[in-house]
Amino acid sequence: MAIDQASEKPEEKSSGMSNETHTPSEMMVVRAAEELHDHDVVFVGIGLPNLACNLARASHAPDLFMIYESGAVGAIPERLPVSIGDPALVTDSLSIASQADIFQNYLQNGLIEVGFLGGAQIDRYGNINTTVIGDYENPKVRLPGSGGACEIAVHAKRVLIVMRMSPKTFVEKCDFVTSPGSRFESKRPSLDLGKNREELGLPGGGPTTVITDVGVCEFLNTPGSLGKEMVLTEIFDGVEVSDVLAKCGWELQIAPNLKKIPAPKAETLSLIRDRLDPQKLFL
Amino acid sequence: MRREQNAKTRSDKLCSMNEAISESVSSGNSILIDGFTHLICFAAGHEIIRQGIKDLTAIRLTPDLVYDQLIEADCVKKMIFSWAGNPGVGSLHALRRRSEKASVSRIELEEYSHFGMVARLLAGSSGLPFWPLKNYRGTNIADANPLIKKIECPYTGEEIATVPAIHPDVAVLHCQRADRLGNAQVWGLMGTQKETAFASKRVIVVAEEIVDTSVLRADPNRTLIPSIVVDHVVHEPWGAHPSYVQGFYDRDNDFYVAWEDISKNPETYQAYLSEFVHGVADRKAYIQKMGAPTFTRLTAKARMSAGVNYGY
Repeated sequence: MAIDQASEKPEEKSSGMSNETHTPSEMMVVRAAEELHDHDVVFVGIGLPNLACNLARASHAPDLFMIYESGAVGAIPERLPVSIGDPALVTDSLSIASQADIFQNYLQNGLIEVGFLGGAQIDRYGNINTTVIGDYENPKVRLPGSGGACEIAVHAKRVLIVMRMSPKTFVEKCDFVTSPGSRFESKRPSLDLGKNREELGLPGGGPTTVITDVGVCEFLNTPGSLGKEMVLTEIFDGVEVSDVLAKCGWELQIAPNLKKIPAPKAETLSLIRDRLDPQKLFL
Repeated sequence: MRREQNAKTRSDKLCSMNEAISESVSSGNSILIDGFTHLICFAAGHEIIRQGIKDLTAIRLTPDLVYDQLIEADCVKKMIFSWAGNPGVGSLHALRRRSEKASVSRIELEEYSHFGMVARLLAGSSGLPFWPLKNYRGTNIADANPLIKKIECPYTGEEIATVPAIHPDVAVLHCQRADRLGNAQVWGLMGTQKETAFASKRVIVVAEEIVDTSVLRADPNRTLIPSIVVDHVVHEPWGAHPSYVQGFYDRDNDFYVAWEDISKNPETYQAYLSEFVHGVADRKAYIQKMGAPTFTRLTAKARMSAGVNYGY
């Protein structure tokens, strides 16, 4: 349930977009859906990733294999689940697994190809904090905690991150690291600081892509970087590079071949609005 | 032996929620009211509040509204958990008021990831002192919890995290149907109900329906919890509201959404507890107070499965 933070109702203030026909959240959902391929085995979270997975299944990936942390395996929910354990996930699923089976047989055993994460803080290496803002023992804000996020980040073959960008969320160092990225950095002291995933023996592939409300970053090895680091590779229609840089808490690298992503197609938007989320639960 | 009393010897364990809680739960106990969104027994939580039980260690992967209510009612001194929130909606405000910098009083927190909590229950339910899992490196979770340790695999030399077995004093497990002995059938999301049943010292099974043992024997694959680990059986229709029971009633999502505002303010929170917990004698009175339209709205549609041939 760690990605529930991504489901917080956004303040849809067009965030620099000139095109008023779609919201930043819709753009995030559409772009996240494109990361999913048919037959991918995906660990679905609630909120925008849930909408993205169901959009992919309703369009280019009809055989997307959706597994929910709550135990629904091969789910094809008739209504958009409002919680990660929604009863609509069970009806017509291929299998219902206990949580012991989900975490051991599916996740730890390496069957999950794609995992989704989000959080309150992220750094350039994709370390994510969903535990506390401030000092752990005496926090300014107590967040929900890991849920399954830590093990998703450890074991999924690739991790997609869906998070709105702001200087408060895209930070130089996280106050606490709940879910590991490509190289361990944290404000909190730890024995493993400065080690990369290989040195830590983490079996999963780690974070590959961050889908934000202004553009997309990929984790790449660049000259001089200490580990795979976020590089802005795509920018959304109507957003300027300076807007993105102002929203990031460190000097974000920009890809030389930065792509501009056009607004979503009308038919994709109507699929989201009319069929997937008619009650506007997430958008 | 994890069990304190021999659940095998009693032939009829059916009793009221009031009796089950007063016989099983004492101040200072550790308790696990299980359920992962599904099958969360709010009726048991409310009865604990009414009985004024204090200093509980509240254990669960996803402490949600009912644990937050226990915290607001001052029943909890410590929580062992992996994700504390109002799923899909927001925060647990009683918890936040007792765990942040500005808090006047604090409760103790012991924190894992979901897998870590599952692993503690797996060890507890298997008669092992600990459970291994490939997790936690490259995070601060183990730094913040000294009970997460590591071992070297004796076969590969690999470093593996471990968590200790957990044996809750009391487990409350809500299910669709059970017999008077406590054999319980569950379908839909199973959470950690089985592991909790086998790990705990005393078990209360709460059922939407009490059925004859022959009904369970006709479909034994669906029986998740055997009577030999069960001490009390409570018949409590709608006992999981506002959570849900597959095939019986849907999750009351409107309640979860409305809870955000109720729980943000300590005064409206206490007013809720006065009216809907202290202000009612039992679950029947709660249902009456909630009113028929709520339950009509939430009643599940029929979606029957075909059944299977158990013949030989």
